[in-house]
Amino acid sequence: MKNLINILDLSVEEIDRLIAVADDIMLSPDRYNEACRHKILATLFFEPSTRTRLSFESAMLSLGGNVLGFSEAASSSAVKGESIADTIEVVSGYADIIAMRHPKEGAPIVASDHTTVPIINAGDGGHYHPTQTLTDLMTIHHEMGRFDNLTVGMCGDLKFGRTVHSLIGALSRYTGIKFVLISPEELKLPSFVKQKYIKNKGIEYKQSTSLDEVIGDLDILYMTRVQKERFFNEEEYLRLKDSYILTEDKLSMAKSNMCIMHPLPRVNEISTAVDRDPRACYFKQAHYGKFIRMALILKLLEVEI
Amino acid sequence: MNVDSIKTGFVIDHIEAGVGMRLYHLLGLDGLDCPIAIIMNVPSRKMGKKDIIKIDADIEINLDVIGFVDPSATVNVIRDGQLVGKKTINMPDTLTNVIHCSNPRCITSTEQELPHIFKLTDGDKRVYRCLYCEAEQK
Repeated sequence: MKNLINILDLSVEEIDRLIAVADDIMLSPDRYNEACRHKILATLFFEPSTRTRLSFESAMLSLGGNVLGFSEAASSSAVKGESIADTIEVVSGYADIIAMRHPKEGAPIVASDHTTVPIINAGDGGHYHPTQTLTDLMTIHHEMGRFDNLTVGMCGDLKFGRTVHSLIGALSRYTGIKFVLISPEELKLPSFVKQKYIKNKGIEYKQSTSLDEVIGDLDILYMTRVQKERFFNEEEYLRLKDSYILTEDKLSMAKSNMCIMHPLPRVNEISTAVDRDPRACYFKQAHYGKFIRMALILKLLEVEI
Repeated sequence: MNVDSIKTGFVIDHIEAGVGMRLYHLLGLDGLDCPIAIIMNVPSRKMGKKDIIKIDADIEINLDVIGFVDPSATVNVIRDGQLVGKKTINMPDTLTNVIHCSNPRCITSTEQELPHIFKLTDGDKRVYRCLYCEAEQK
């Protein structure tokens, strides 16, 4: 049995295969609509989410499977003080596969020690979010046609942004990647992430506090939200939340084929006027998320079509 | 300064000056009732100054703790007042329940039953990270 805790649990070849299956599902969804008949996905969301939970549920339903679970800790036994270990021991008996989101970092590792069915990490605090990274990779594959020789700008909250850490880790395995890290001083990429995925691999990178200065260099601009829930200090959140706002004016300085990505939800960091720009890929990105999750569920349940 | 020789026990020598107290606490020596001496800032030809801990009892010593705090320390085994052996000290790959993760976002901050496990991630810089959240131990 295999779990997906960190995107690096998957090899580059496995990711290529998942994207190929997701592409096939998009082309021929009818071939897959009974693939997980009589299988049950448990979505254990100890932290609220719209997109991730619904895309998992939509993915399983589109495979002909069933879904059960909860969408906030308040409606689970966690409020009674039940441990993750006990919750997982029990749910393993009710479901064939589990997608779990938890606000605490490392929670899926605990779950993976107590499960008898595959566990998918659907986000653990500011730590990892591997299925978002699969979604991001599928978007890059579709919009740019390659993973190598890309200049990728990461903008916003690079400190707590789990999607950023996972995507940097995943892209660092391809050749010719350059990273441009755009953030306020307080939200810079943690040094160990930079050391592990960028410096140790000799990958070229640039750090900037100004989006305007670097936007023209980018093939991909990955915008992120400054996440209120990651701050213990409201004052600091309010000071940093509007650090970067992508507008049509700023886009005039960007390449004509630059791909704008965002893991969503967006607050105000991308002006809604940008949604009409053909370079805006974030809604397509969310759409791809369902298909890559379908491919992942098939892989972890070892269902061949 | 005179500290009596020990009869049966251990002398942890060549401890980096200033870290002797930390080692004393992490080894759990504060919970013992045998004679223990912590000598700090002892002049040393090799190190300039060093700390020494003498334990006058035949106890189980967790060498991993010593390897974590100061891998260049030495452990001399004393029996009947004589030096009878030296223990090899290595930086352990894994530390369990020696130190606690201080990251308030880590799952160990809410799940009280979980062991606090740290992995050695950079031997040159002696960096240990929490198994769960990967925060560096401070």
